[in-house]
Amino acid sequence: MNFTTLVFIILSLLTVVSAVMMIASKSPVHSVLWLIVVFFTISGHYIMLNAQFLAIVNIIVYAGAIMVLFLFVVMLMNLNADSEPIKNYRIQLIGIISGGVLLLILLSSVMSIDKSQLVEMKVGDEGLIKSLGMNLFKNYLLPFEISSVLFLSAMIGAVVIGKKEDEAENKKVN
Amino acid sequence: MDIKAYIALSLSLFIIGIIGVLIRRNAIIIFMCIELMLNAVNLLLVAFSKMHALSPVAKASLDYASDAQIFVFFIMVVAAAEVTVGLAIIVMMYRNVHTVDVNFLNRLKN
Repeated sequence: MNFTTLVFIILSLLTVVSAVMMIASKSPVHSVLWLIVVFFTISGHYIMLNAQFLAIVNIIVYAGAIMVLFLFVVMLMNLNADSEPIKNYRIQLIGIISGGVLLLILLSSVMSIDKSQLVEMKVGDEGLIKSLGMNLFKNYLLPFEISSVLFLSAMIGAVVIGKKEDEAENKKVN
Repeated sequence: MDIKAYIALSLSLFIIGIIGVLIRRNAIIIFMCIELMLNAVNLLLVAFSKMHALSPVAKASLDYASDAQIFVFFIMVVAAAEVTVGLAIIVMMYRNVHTVDVNFLNRLKN
């Protein structure tokens, strides 16, 4: 077993265990923190695959921005383990069993394929900022510009949805 | 590293996300499980792009192999936009019914 395999196994175990802890922990704040651990380990996988740009973007966008937003909302609502909805153990058991069976079937079908290919580790230029930037601004310029419109509409939508409506409605009634 | 190892890891993460959506009733946790599933797909796309990078087609031009990573970039963009709107909806739901239990959302009016 070489060093790359060892790092892959450790990172994978860390990822899966953190993901399980994320859905198993009672307090929503703990769930958010475990999900941040998952994102950091996935960034570790990206670095091992030499996708450096995506590793950095994953940390900045997901672990940095999105999870802070989640944490902010959780703390704004003052959610903790006490305010957790009452559990239905029968539904939980059914969910875990069906998910486990799905995982078993998919894994066994994938593993039974005889052909397999290797993944390029630690080398290769296609994940670097230079080649990704050339591709993004050469071949994918239109989707890139459209995504800015998407962000603008998402921002306006969030503001409109999250706005308090009480005062405006009262004025209309009066 | 074999591609099957990455497929197994991504599958495990995706199924954990599915189980989380099935068993949890807190709307925020369900939303986070969707993020986890998106990340599993991202990881698989990057692994496939690095698998494709070894093929002779991709050796000729760098753009072929980095296409998958551009897709991952756009998935992150859409996920970020989706999170803002989704969290705004959850905040509004909390303001109206004072809970984040998704079972309280089983009626359309009142």
